Order: sequence, then C-alpha cells, then structure tokens
Amino acid sequence: MIEVEGVERRYDGLAVLSEVTLSLPRGGLTAIIGPNGAGKSTLLSVMGRLQKPDAGRVTLEGMDLAQASGRLVARKLALLRQDNHTAARLTVRDLVAFGRYPHSRGNPGPEDHAQVARALAILGLEPLADRFLDQLSGGQRQRAHIAMVLAQDTECILLDEPLNNLDISHAVRIITLVREAAQALGKTVVVVLHDINMAAAHCDRIVVMKGGRILRHGPPAELMQAEFLSAVYETPISVHELAGRLVAVY
Amino acid sequence: MPEPQTPRPSSRQPGPAARLLFPLALGLTLAMGLASLFVGVSSVSPGLLWAEGGTGPATEVLLTSRLPRTLALALAGTGLALAGLVLQVLVRNRFVEPSTVGTTESASLGILLVMLLAPGLPVPARMAVAAGFGLAGTGLFLLVLRRVPQRSPLMVPLIGLLLSGVIGAVTTFIAYRTDMLQSLGAWSTGDFSIVLQGRYELLWIVAGLTLVTAVFADQITLAGLGRDMAIGLGVNHGAIRALGLVLVALLSAAVIVTVGIVPFLGLVVPNVVSLIMGDNLRRTLPVVCLSGAALVMACDIVGRLVVRPYEMPIGLTMGIVGSAAFLWLLTRRRGHGA
Repeated sequence: MIEVEGVERRYDGLAVLSEVTLSLPRGGLTAIIGPNGAGKSTLLSVMGRLQKPDAGRVTLEGMDLAQASGRLVARKLALLRQDNHTAARLTVRDLVAFGRYPHSRGNPGPEDHAQVARALAILGLEPLADRFLDQLSGGQRQRAHIAMVLAQDTECILLDEPLNNLDISHAVRIITLVREAAQALGKTVVVVLHDINMAAAHCDRIVVMKGGRILRHGPPAELMQAEFLSAVYETPISVHELAGRLVAVY
Repeated sequence: MPEPQTPRPSSRQPGPAARLLFPLALGLTLAMGLASLFVGVSSVSPGLLWAEGGTGPATEVLLTSRLPRTLALALAGTGLALAGLVLQVLVRNRFVEPSTVGTTESASLGILLVMLLAPGLPVPARMAVAAGFGLAGTGLFLLVLRRVPQRSPLMVPLIGLLLSGVIGAVTTFIAYRTDMLQSLGAWSTGDFSIVLQGRYELLWIVAGLTLVTAVFADQITLAGLGRDMAIGLGVNHGAIRALGLVLVALLSAAVIVTVGIVPFLGLVVPNVVSLIMGDNLRRTLPVVCLSGAALVMACDIVGRLVVRPYEMPIGLTMGIVGSAAFLWLLTRRRGHGA
C-alpha cells in the first residue's frame, strides 16, 4: 500500500501541491482526474520519488521513499511519465528488457526473459520487437514503454496519462489490461487520466484534484455527480446512466 | 505532442549489418594494426624479421618504434571514440564530443599551466591535472547548457564550440604572453611520429578505463534515457553521470598528454555505429572501441604514405576525414531527432 502524508510541493514559491494526504490500499486501480494544473502529474512524480516533497512524506509498505535505496524501490514501484522523448536508439525488445534491470542488474535469467516475452506479447509488440524506438509512431512508442513497466513486474505501478497517443482499440486494451493487473494480480495501480468516463468505467477509485489539493476521493458512483464535476471543471457537465454505466456528457 | 512518423525506408531493423559490424570492426582493426607495423621509412617486413632471427635493425625498429606507435594509435583511438560515446549518451545529444564541449581545450589549458608553473611534474601527474581541468571545463559546459533554452539539438554543440573557443583563447593568450605559443602548437597537434618505447605507456590507462565503462555499460545506457527513466529503474542517475564525466575527462587527458589533440574521432565513430546498431552500450561498446582504433590507425597510415618520406600529422588527416563525416552526419541525423 502507498501512503501520502501531508505532502507539499512548491515551484518558485508557488504551491503546486498543498496538504495532500492519501492512503491507497493494496490492490485496485485508482484514477487521478482533475483540470489542467491541478497537480496530478506532480503528485504522481512525488509518489514515484522523482520529486522530493517540500514537506510531508510518501511511504510504500511502510518504507519511506526519501530514505529507501533506489534499487529496492525499483523492484516494488514502477512508473511511467507522460513525455517519453527517448532520444536513444534502442530496440523495443531492449527497452522492455531494461524493465528487468532492477531485478537482473544486467544478468538476465530465464525468469527475466519470460517476463520480457510476456510483456511484448500482451502489448502486441512482437512484430515490432526489433525496430528502433525512433522508427515507431507515438502510439507504438507509448505501448513499448508500457510493456517496459509491465516487465518490471512491481506491486505498485504509476502511469501518467498512459492512454495518450493511443487509438480507441489500444486505449481500451491497455486500461483493461491495467485493471486486470490490479484485480487479478493484486497490484496497486495509479493512473492519471483525462477521460472521466474511462476513469468511471474502469477504476475502483477516483481521486479528484484541483489547485494542488485533493477535493474528494472514492468509488466512481460517489463522484460521478453533475454538480460536483461541473464545479471541478468549471464547465457544465451532466451525468447520465447509459448501458449500465455512469457517463459524463460535456 | 510527437507527430506520427513514417519509418524511414533506409533504416529498418538492426538487421544483418548490425551483426556483421563487430567482425568487420575486429578484422579492420587487426588489418590496420598489421599494416601499421610494416609501413614506414625504414623497411620492416615479416621476411626481414625472420631473416634477422630476433636481433637486428628491423627487429629494433619494430620493437622500439612501430609496435609502440601501433599500440598508441589503437589505445588513443579506443579512448577518444569511447569518450565521445559516453559523452553523447550522457548529454543526450549526438553532436558532442570532448573537443566540442570544452573538455579538450580545458585540459590543454591545464597542461600549459603545468608547463609554466611546474615543468618538472611527471607525466602521470600532468595527466591528472589535465583531467581535472577537463572535468571542470565539462562541468562549466553543463552549467551553461542548463541556463540556455535549447530549441534545437544543434544549439548544444554550438554552445560547446563557443565555450571551447573562449577557453582556447585564454590558453593562447597565456601562451603568447609567456612565449610558449610554439611549444603549445607543437604538442597540441595530434602526432604519433613522436611515439617511442617508453613514451606512450600512460595510454594503457585507456584499457583500464574501457573496462570500467564496460562494467557500467547498462547503467550508462539507462542514464542516457533521462533522469526519470533512470531513477524509475533504480539507477543512481547523478552518480552515473558524474562517473561518466570523470571517465570522459580521464580518457581525453590521457590522449592529449601523450599524443596531443585528435579532433572529430569521438564524434564520427559513435555516430556511425549508433546509426547502424543503436544505442545499447553493452552491444555497441566493443564495436565503437575497435572502430575508433581502426580509424586512427588508418588515418595515421595515410599520413605516413602521402608525403613519404615525410609525415602528415594525424590531426590533419583526421580533420579532413572527420569534418567531412561530420557534415554528412548533420544532414543524415536530422530525421532521427538528433
């Protein structure tokens, strides 16, 4: 489980996160939603130890991220940032294999090879496995990076807008995959999403952020309320039940 | 938002070319090494050596001059190609190498100051000072880089060349005021004709540094994917970056102190290898090292042959080959986002 306790983060004196406290139990898919500039990506970065909070702390299974060894954390927590502008010319297979680095430290065993093959298969990357990343489209590159995170095989996975650049078929496939990982394998997955309906349809919990604070969090049914969402996004939003789902219309 | 790119037809999978590159580089290195042993003013040939049976003028030339020179060429070529490779990966820019980011010029400044202030310093200590200055110069470059908005990947080497120019100007000024200009020119132009037994052995440090780089190859590759990716995979990004920059400074300093400045090599070799094989250091490292050695030996042999019985310094041949290759790379690598 992951605990965020009183986290603050400022850029040039401007608060990007204030008093963020969040406790996510083990297992389950959590979506962070909110308007631009809400602090979603910053929160994910702090949870993934890419940024140090100015106050407060983040613990993973009781282990303080600020003090734990980078290697150890990398075996328990994987994260994918939004902008994967990798300048390096790596093949897809090499990139995915690097997901095993925290485990293998450069000496991959049969388990590592199996995980890489599995991740490539799940994301349908086998035909592209020997291509260089700079020869792929944005969506293919995104899938390659997600495969890398899967190969890392950690209990906790943080994904910043993983559905960016993906067409509907791949977006649905990846959110379903992530949900299965969370439910069947008991992984704790946190995703930043822009699509409220995607979050409502697939996630166990939604965290709504605005202005660097968490406004509310809970199961989708509790948060899919027209008034609340309209206020959050400062846009008229209505919520309807459609094919057994709550759908926001804007 | 990255635009969807259509794969270039000219560069597909790392196919047969990538697999053939290692044996090719190895073969070229061995061939150039052999040629380097037997090309020169005094005649040394396998037949002659055999006839002398172990003692004689040809054997003497081979052991005191040709063999040291060939080893020095191979080691210097390895070191410079490796320094360029590590720098390109860590700075995440294709167009950098020690002589385009201020490392080389700073190291030269260090050597000049040693010659002025402590001329009696032994060569290893001189190298240490050069490496220290080189590291400081690279550090300064990275500091400047952080403050300048980079709209184009070409800005990076441009800034580096400007910085190199400034440091080079300081060096020239000091040399001019202290009447050292001529000797500065003499040792800073790369030249292997001065290499004799007993005067190049410091270059063996390159072999050691190559091993260190090989041990950290994966971590350097990961550091090259950017800070976030590196941390995510449990690599100490700051430490690996620092280690890499120290390696680059030591490699450059070792070559400058023993044979002088050899430009462009660190730029051309890693780039060509990257185009064919990609950037997984664990795979490209041996090819980069061998190709660097082969290219330096080839340029030196050409320099020995063109104006026989005189010699052209390698700085000149490499300058011609290298600048042409650099221009080609500039046009070629645009599409790869540098």
